[in-house]
Amino acid sequence: MFDHSKAPDGTFFNFHKEPPVRAYEFFKLGMWIFLATEVLFFGGLFAAYFIFKYTWPEVFAKGSAELDVVYGGINTIVLLGSSYTMALAVDAAQRKQKKPLFWFLVATFGGACLFLVIKYIEWKGKIEHGFLPGTDLFFGVYFMTTGLHLIHVLIGMYFIGLLIVRAKKGRYTDEGSSHAGVEVGGLYWHLVDIIWIFLFPLLYLLGGNH
Amino acid sequence: MSHENTEYRPYLEPKGFYAWFWTVDHKRIGLMYLYAILFFFLLAGLCALGVRAELFYPKTQFVDHHGYNVLFTLHGTMMVFLFIVPGIPATLGNFLLPLMIGAKDVAFPRLNILSFWVYLLGAAVVVFSLIGPPGSAWLDTGWTFYTPYSIDSSTGVIPVTLGAFILGFASILTGMNFIVTIHKMRAPGMTWHRMPLFVWSLYSSSLIQVLATPVVAITLGLLIMERMLGIGFFDAGLGGDPILFENMFWFYSHPVVYIMILPAMGVVAEILPVFAKKPIFGYRAIAYSSLAIALVSFFVWGHHLFVSGMSEWSRWIFSLLTFAVAIPTAIKVFNWIGTLYKGSVLLDSPMLYACGFIFLFTIAGLTGLPLATLATDVHLHDTYFVVAHFHYTMQGGTVVALVGGLHFWWPKMYGRMYNETIAKVGFWTLFVGFNATFIPQFVMGYQGMPRRYADYLGEFHDMHFLSSVGSMVNGLAYFLIFGNLIWAVYKGKRAAANPYNSLSLEWQTPSPPPLTNFDEVPTVTDWTYGYGSKQA
Repeated sequence: MFDHSKAPDGTFFNFHKEPPVRAYEFFKLGMWIFLATEVLFFGGLFAAYFIFKYTWPEVFAKGSAELDVVYGGINTIVLLGSSYTMALAVDAAQRKQKKPLFWFLVATFGGACLFLVIKYIEWKGKIEHGFLPGTDLFFGVYFMTTGLHLIHVLIGMYFIGLLIVRAKKGRYTDEGSSHAGVEVGGLYWHLVDIIWIFLFPLLYLLGGNH
Repeated sequence: MSHENTEYRPYLEPKGFYAWFWTVDHKRIGLMYLYAILFFFLLAGLCALGVRAELFYPKTQFVDHHGYNVLFTLHGTMMVFLFIVPGIPATLGNFLLPLMIGAKDVAFPRLNILSFWVYLLGAAVVVFSLIGPPGSAWLDTGWTFYTPYSIDSSTGVIPVTLGAFILGFASILTGMNFIVTIHKMRAPGMTWHRMPLFVWSLYSSSLIQVLATPVVAITLGLLIMERMLGIGFFDAGLGGDPILFENMFWFYSHPVVYIMILPAMGVVAEILPVFAKKPIFGYRAIAYSSLAIALVSFFVWGHHLFVSGMSEWSRWIFSLLTFAVAIPTAIKVFNWIGTLYKGSVLLDSPMLYACGFIFLFTIAGLTGLPLATLATDVHLHDTYFVVAHFHYTMQGGTVVALVGGLHFWWPKMYGRMYNETIAKVGFWTLFVGFNATFIPQFVMGYQGMPRRYADYLGEFHDMHFLSSVGSMVNGLAYFLIFGNLIWAVYKGKRAAANPYNSLSLEWQTPSPPPLTNFDEVPTVTDWTYGYGSKQA
């Protein structure tokens, strides 16, 4: 495959040869636009949630009562914690501190793994008790929203994994390098977090089971 | 920036599959997109001619009823998802945007080529699953995939919607790329209010691309889940709502109409001042009306559901908002006409297309009003009137502008001129054939002929026959037009760098442009449309 980083000057806008500040601006605007598409992407699901909850409140109350608030709550804390370490990683990248950057990214990745484990226990329990996507509308919504969120967690983990490998090589902290990658990775991870912050109360707490 | 420059190498070199397919050059990507979408335009167009051939006479002649459903499904799906949505932005937009703002390339060149590859992947998935293995039933849901039929249909709904889902990524990548490019890569002095109007229209359509496409992605994703897992969202048996699908589908698919038409309006705004030798009239009004259309486009989807089941209040509001679209649209039309007023108008072929666009698009806009009116829409909904209306916007608007833009910028792309006489003959053939196809459909629709029927009552025969004859002429015109353009690539007369004396930046560099677009980054000191003051 063609190695674009070795392309002759001027054949295209080459990040590796531009001042880091410009690459940073480009990446950041691009990621914010992408986050807007993500909001609309989940927006369709949230719209479906509200329409169905308004139409069938008793189905949603019954379904929500089956969910485990403790697991959901722990997962919320785990994800918030990983967002915090991500913010610290961005801070470390801005200060060009290689070691803290690496370890904060690893911590973030660990948080994502923990989230997955708890999610697995939860889903497994639901499926063993016969609550499947086709059981009723609530579980249709539950599995679609948490499932799509899960896919985003996985994409985020790939992203963070990439950041870890590159951070180790000093790609973001070397002299004259750009830390734009960490910055946009952070933005994406915060979005994954924010979506969960909405999902948790809507699915677990608004059921009227407490 | 001259031909004498010994360093000058046009972007068309080096040749070879590898050099093109792995390129990150926006000009090459634009051209590859162009030929890809034209290929699907050909396939989808042939399907349309198949539909019209069947309708020459009542009863069935060439295809049975299922075959007819397959034909119009193939036509609609390929035309919308594979041809007209990438349409002008991915082809002319890709080629021209960096040139017009004085940049070397788009902001994310590698995402740009990724967008093309994703497009090819999605197109392959769509086409192969539309057609399906021999013996299987071909898709017959129509391009809108309405539930509940799309849930029950035994045809390949899942792979086709998956393909459309993939194509959405290509669209989002292009839109995101354009927005960042316009924000961050304008040459020194190229302020927002000096930008060419084509760039403004690309900016507006890119906004819709990034904001509307994800909604159809989730909708089609849910449809796939509905078929695979029975999640019940669109299944009334589980308490879901089939009409929710229509709402979510049109939340994307109405704004997408403006993804198609806004860049077409931009093309026309570029052609008019050059051939009228006058500054564009009402620059800011045209620029901001693009943004206004993009904004309003998100709040009018409900007019597709006036007879599907919707509360009275919603219908009133959606009707009112739909009328509101007419305001920025009319602002544009009046300003274009204002540009022509007292200009020294040259009716070369690009100008013919631009004027043809204004004429046909005005009909398209005006026939939209009875469809936005609640009382008349009950009568006209799902008739040929609707078919004719949106073909006037899609073909009479977008395709005519695309073809006009290709004529206008062909010398820039290839450095060669097409045959002007054949180009003019091609335009008039298209114009006559197109109107002969769709004016009878307005009449039939008004008389009550429903769309999507393989058979019809004898009283509609004259109109159907005329429409079918017109469609054959319409189809023929494209062979003439594109044959002429492709001939020009190999045999056309060499064109000067700026054959129309345009002031726009893309003409201030050799034709075809060098790989880096400009030898040195240009500095802009004035707006693009200073005709009459600076030169004859």
